Amino acid sequence: MSQPVDPYEPPPPTSPERRRILQWCAIGLGTLASLILGIPILGYLLGTLINRQRDDWVDLGLVGKFPEKQTVLVNFDLPVLQPWDGDARKASAYVRHKDKTVFTDSAGKFDGGFVVFAVNCAHLGCPVSWFPSSGLFLCPCHGGVYYEDGLRASGPPPRGLYSYEVQFQRPGTPRQVVTPEEYQRMNEEERGTLVLQIKAGHVPTLHDPLRKGDKGDKA
Amino acid sequence: MSWLRAIGAWLEERLGLRDSIWPVMRHPVPSGARWWYVFGSATLTLFMVQVITGICLALVYVPAPDQAFQSLEYMNYDQYLGWLLRAIHYYAATGMVCMMFVHMTQVFLFGAFKYPRELTWLVGVGLLALTLFMGFSGQVLRWDQDAFWGLNVAASMAGRVPLIGPQVVNLLLGGPAVGAASLSRFFTLHVFIVPALLILLISVHLYLVLKKGISEPPVPGRPVDPKTYEAEYHKVIDKGEPFFPDAVWRDAIVSFVAVVVVVIVAAWLGPYGPRSIPDPTLIQANPRPDWYFLWMFALLALSPPEVETFIMLVFPAVLFGILIAFPFVAGKGERSWRRRPISVLLVIVVFISFVVLTYLGAVAPWSPEMEAWSSTPVPEKMIRWRDAQEPPQWHNVTPEQLQGAVVLQNKNCRDCHALDGKGGQRGPDLTDVATRLTRDQLIRQVIQGGGNMPAYGKQLKPAEVDALVDFLGTLHGGEAPAHSSAPASP
Repeated sequence: MSQPVDPYEPPPPTSPERRRILQWCAIGLGTLASLILGIPILGYLLGTLINRQRDDWVDLGLVGKFPEKQTVLVNFDLPVLQPWDGDARKASAYVRHKDKTVFTDSAGKFDGGFVVFAVNCAHLGCPVSWFPSSGLFLCPCHGGVYYEDGLRASGPPPRGLYSYEVQFQRPGTPRQVVTPEEYQRMNEEERGTLVLQIKAGHVPTLHDPLRKGDKGDKA
Repeated sequence: MSWLRAIGAWLEERLGLRDSIWPVMRHPVPSGARWWYVFGSATLTLFMVQVITGICLALVYVPAPDQAFQSLEYMNYDQYLGWLLRAIHYYAATGMVCMMFVHMTQVFLFGAFKYPRELTWLVGVGLLALTLFMGFSGQVLRWDQDAFWGLNVAASMAGRVPLIGPQVVNLLLGGPAVGAASLSRFFTLHVFIVPALLILLISVHLYLVLKKGISEPPVPGRPVDPKTYEAEYHKVIDKGEPFFPDAVWRDAIVSFVAVVVVVIVAAWLGPYGPRSIPDPTLIQANPRPDWYFLWMFALLALSPPEVETFIMLVFPAVLFGILIAFPFVAGKGERSWRRRPISVLLVIVVFISFVVLTYLGAVAPWSPEMEAWSSTPVPEKMIRWRDAQEPPQWHNVTPEQLQGAVVLQNKNCRDCHALDGKGGQRGPDLTDVATRLTRDQLIRQVIQGGGNMPAYGKQLKPAEVDALVDFLGTLHGGEAPAHSSAPASP
């Protein structure tokens, strides 16, 4: 408003009051701008934690495809993480058809006579190999060994193999989940037409196994 | 050439470099500086090589899992001189880690971390951590089987953090499992975030080196006393020589040699990997970290399982804590290594441990040989042999012992046990097991296992156990077989 400031004249003295007000305004506006920019950016960086991707049910094949008392390696695709995951979306699991007549695990929970193990060793996550001639899983990294029921046999793993939650669906549209009672009532042929599914999506670690409450007993 | 001088004068009038850069270049350094002091600048030179070659690689490399491997193959085989750029980047990384450790050892043994250069050392420890991270993330970007499963191993380790383990894994991988987000995350860290931090810390490191001056060569009997050090140092510097050109020529020569050696080795050995395709369904993987982490791999493999979580998560922090503590615990006193026997001992012990652990990590005797059961046959001399008669007669093991040898192979025993030196190294070599264990002891060991061996009781039928132990009982190589000291029952 008044006349232009002459750069060669000393500036008029600012009162300490005004200086303090301007100082706090600068700090305040700076903080406000930082928060307005920073909070969304922080949200973006922590997005994978805030907007967690859940596990989902994945088909492994027809029940009839898995012979009794045998452990089979099957490949499947993880629920989509990102569209350009490429090969990283592929995963494997060991399906063991334990029994054609007993449909619960040692804790009494329904499993349809199946147990599906993750290939990740419980020690540090290397893929284990199944040896049918000796009935053992061997890990190449540090020599961890597991029995056919997934219990730890020897070596550094702190627990047995991680196992997936399983369920069975009738094929066709729409898909229907089969309840334990229905499963028990079916005959062997009918059961063979069901689709075996596992709940997959995250890499199992010691404090985050594939099934809630899975403590993984050692042998 | 006077037009060149005219351009120089025009620039100098506006940049004023002569006033700012020239005094720095001519700053005095202690006269006895010698060749020991060149390793810091060699590390810096190789870092600059990494930045340049890294930019070149980023022109072709695609950080997406469905294309990373192919883009690296393209670099190796189709891109003009792509193989050489990849090789230089890999071997300069090796060179930089080596030069950094030599520099650190030299600074430590010369006591140059003591007053007043403690902060320079601390910044250096930060540079060490960042450089090692660059090595690890660089391997991840190679995105082959080692990288993919190595990342799974890192996630398993991170998952052991109490309370927040799953959250740490999620942040490390950028999601619930190893995928595109993981690769992007490590790419961003390796290319943007950590190099920026490195450049920042290097600037601080160099600023401190200039501000505090190059340390004078240590003299036994002349300890560092903060009260008198500055005055003493000034006396040394007054008799010093200008950094440029009287001291820097040594740095220039060593940096030159380092660059030339890296390029020659790169051209001779070619690029490293990518090795196997990172397909998670190929489960015959056997991941290994790059050489500068093999010692950690060995340390974890050899630790008792009970303390493994501690060693994984706390031990690296303890190591860095010790490094950070040096200027505070030993910040004064004698600088010369001749008067610091504990420091010399520390360096020797660390160096020997590193070499031994790295060797063990490379050989990995704790890993079973997954194919040995089907690819490494029982040595023929354990099945049939000739005696010393004239003419020599052939002898065979009995049919049951032969069946025992078949059981030994089929039950994957050879994956952990060698015969005649061939086979797995995880368990003892069984060539003369019968000189150590009696028949009863063999039966117990097979059925009950123990230690790193599983119990085979339920995996073998009783007849198989008999045959196996029968065969193992023949393995005493001509020596007397073991027998129990208990007298036979009358």
